[in-house]
Amino acid sequence: MPFACIFVPDFPAEAILRAEPELRSQAIAVLEGKPPLQKVFAINEKARRIGIEPCMTKIQVEPWTDLTLRPRSLLQETAAHAALLDCAQSFSPRVEDTAADTVILDLSGLESLFGSLPQIARDIARRTSDLGLEANVATAFNPDTARFAARGFPGVTVIPEGKEAERLGNLPLDVLFSGLTAPNTSEADARILETFDLWGVRNLRALCALPEVALSERMGQTGPYLQQLARGAVARTLVPVEPPLIFEEAMELEHPLVLLEPLAFLLAHMLDQLSVRLGARALAAQKLRLQLTLDNGFHFVEDVPAEESSPSQKSQSTTRSSQFTNCHPERSERPAFPTRSAPLPTNLQSEIPNQKSASEPGLYAPEGGLCDEYLQSKLETRNSKLFTRTLELPVPMLDAKVFLKLLQLDLKAHPPGAPILKVHLSAIPAQPRSTQGGLFQPPTPEPEKLELTLARIAGMVGEEKVGSLQLLDSHRPGAFRMRHFVPTQPKGQKEKSDSATTQAPITALRMFRPPLRVMVTLRDGKPAHLVCPKRKEVDGEILWMAGPWRSSGDWWEEDGWARDEWDIAIQSPVVSRQSSAVVSRGSTGGDARRSIIRNPASAKSSLALYRLVHDLLSGHWFVEGTYD
Amino acid sequence: MSSPLLHVEAISHFPLVARSSSAKLLKEFSETLAGVTPASRLEVRPAPETASSGIAQIDALTGGLPRGCLTEVCGPESSGRTTVMLAAIAAVTSREEICALIDASDALDPHSATAAGVNLERLLWIRCGSHAQSSALSRKRRQAFSLEERERRRMEDPVEQALRATDLLLQSSGFGMVAIDLAGVPLKMARRIPLTTWFRFRRAVENTPTLLLVTGTQACAQSCATLSLELSRQSSEISRQEKVLSSRSSVLNKRQSSEDRHDSRDETSASEKPSHAELLTGIEVQIEVLRSRMERKPVKSVGDFTTKAVWTA
Repeated sequence: MPFACIFVPDFPAEAILRAEPELRSQAIAVLEGKPPLQKVFAINEKARRIGIEPCMTKIQVEPWTDLTLRPRSLLQETAAHAALLDCAQSFSPRVEDTAADTVILDLSGLESLFGSLPQIARDIARRTSDLGLEANVATAFNPDTARFAARGFPGVTVIPEGKEAERLGNLPLDVLFSGLTAPNTSEADARILETFDLWGVRNLRALCALPEVALSERMGQTGPYLQQLARGAVARTLVPVEPPLIFEEAMELEHPLVLLEPLAFLLAHMLDQLSVRLGARALAAQKLRLQLTLDNGFHFVEDVPAEESSPSQKSQSTTRSSQFTNCHPERSERPAFPTRSAPLPTNLQSEIPNQKSASEPGLYAPEGGLCDEYLQSKLETRNSKLFTRTLELPVPMLDAKVFLKLLQLDLKAHPPGAPILKVHLSAIPAQPRSTQGGLFQPPTPEPEKLELTLARIAGMVGEEKVGSLQLLDSHRPGAFRMRHFVPTQPKGQKEKSDSATTQAPITALRMFRPPLRVMVTLRDGKPAHLVCPKRKEVDGEILWMAGPWRSSGDWWEEDGWARDEWDIAIQSPVVSRQSSAVVSRGSTGGDARRSIIRNPASAKSSLALYRLVHDLLSGHWFVEGTYD
Repeated sequence: MSSPLLHVEAISHFPLVARSSSAKLLKEFSETLAGVTPASRLEVRPAPETASSGIAQIDALTGGLPRGCLTEVCGPESSGRTTVMLAAIAAVTSREEICALIDASDALDPHSATAAGVNLERLLWIRCGSHAQSSALSRKRRQAFSLEERERRRMEDPVEQALRATDLLLQSSGFGMVAIDLAGVPLKMARRIPLTTWFRFRRAVENTPTLLLVTGTQACAQSCATLSLELSRQSSEISRQEKVLSSRSSVLNKRQSSEDRHDSRDETSASEKPSHAELLTGIEVQIEVLRSRMERKPVKSVGDFTTKAVWTA
């Protein structure tokens, strides 16, 4: 049964490089610790070449001018780990979340889908690279062998069945104790390695050559177990996880961002990453949520008080770690197989409310709760400087450029109002839309393009003024609301008969918003003359009227209404076509136009029909609209 | 030094070339110009596809509204412009096409639209203009007349908003109809729209199945409109109402002159009395084709139709 292992060397540094790909050509060191006592936690290969080593203090590395220093970012590491899982899930449904930087996937039955094992390994490496991570990929017929090969050999490695011991033979013993140099490595492992070193056993081939009984006599069960591992003979069951469909990217900024333009660059990169992750899982985004932590806001790690961690949370955390141990047999015997970058800081582990099931053995809260629930619960309760915008997309989309433009337009309409310290972007996934267009169906606007257009228009006229209208179940005049416009797909129904065309059209009413306040003279209780200060044409003797039609409603509420409606006709001046022709032929047009507008003699008068409303509660008269 | 020689040489050779290969040159010219169609053989531009306007009388008069063209409907207040526009929108949405209404004066009555048969789910309504209160506030706040402020004020102009929204929608494409309602816009503001804007709109919808319909008080698009209709109230309707008016005024005069109102009421005949229960049952509208560039010439340029009120439907 073939397995593949994806291992990201120098994971904390890679997580930083994933967020800032322009640093990939530079030497980078990741610092951890409180400012006076900061130490190098992880470095990339270029930093290693110039002599930087982990555990060096910040003061020691500062003389290197070509070295870029970055603080460790747990948010970015979480996002990188989620991306790694997404990459693995895009190939196989059976994925083991071995460590923060290591993922093992079951490749059985995938040859017919993706080709031979070398081909699959290359594809995995390519997709990991697309996600912004440079990883080692190894395939073998044993999960542990694949893991050792991925940790020991750079690039893509394919180990055929039966050749495990031969291929792993040259690897140093450190591979079995990977992360031994990390400060929290157990002393037992260090002692074992030291013993092997004293015996002159420095690689796996030498370990395999040792007599098994003698090794057992001297080292107990650990010796033969390590020997079996070195030979690639340990068969264990993969512990698959099913990571939840949570797609989040986060970035902490060293300096507050004031302008929206540089923010757009960050968002573009994060949206690219999100789109690639969604695409890897064959999903699209239905909703985008942007959370910006503004200046003087809440600081994630530093401001978390220790007393907030309740005993129940601690017990949950303990339960999770115990399940984690049970899931990995070799770790149950030797629980100290820590990776260099895997464990969370102690204070953070105690702070993460592990609300979901603890069945998933990820060290980085693979439930995805770290970034989402935890951040939100903490930040919302602690400060008011969290700026959140949510974009509801009418249809699932997967275009990072469209997302970026929509976010830009939204932020332009709703600016944060303070410098930005942290950017957190999450996408709610949905199945991508499947549209089967018909030859005889009328064309509809492209959803992505239409959404951008609507966002642009909304920025111009206001969000509440663009969309489709929905009538409300009420007799109150003007009872409707605006909805986001989502074009429905044509149902392919046959065109209706022309009966509607042959019928007489319905007289339409044009509304005046707001209604025109008028002064009405009554004769025998009926309106006879009206004066409108705002519109001169709605002014004069009422020539004809019909009504009143009395209506009322909502009298049991504060905003009840009661009114009388009249249909009236008054005479309004209208410019005739002949006079308009004179205007259009005029050289400047201004004088002639003015003379026509001001001179009623040159204008032909016409009847205009209006709807006159008497508000019975306030006693005011309004002209609500005109029949046109 | 070389150029005079060459020049002399060229001059000396030219008559020879002209004499020897004049026929050849003519042949070359004719071959070069073979791709150019002479004006006398220009093909007639194919007639645009038309769609029903939703009103049988207009369809009979014009053959329908042309797709990929600009159609203009103008007329004074209460002349039936909005009725025609809503009927066209209803026809478009009944064909399951998407329609956009750019309402420069925010005047659409949703109940009228529903009564006209508009499928509201397929109608994108863009309400231009800003609230009077907010603009008044902004006016108070903005004292300085900087360029930015001028631009901002220009953006608050409903006509400007309508034109920009139209530009964006036409670029977006895929709409069955884009209707611009300028009927409530003051005439002088509508006249300020440059002709180039209408030309741009016409070019944007050209070769697309989109109907571009503009309603207004007067024809603004001028020669950019492929079809231009003018609506007016029928004279018969006016006379009928004037008759009502005269009877009403005579009644009122008599009431004023005589102190006894009851007596005056008795003097007027029942037919002349303004009926209390008189209803607005409809408007008689006259259509006149001002301009038509369509292939199909209208048989007659004037037609009429009658609208009916919602309660009579």
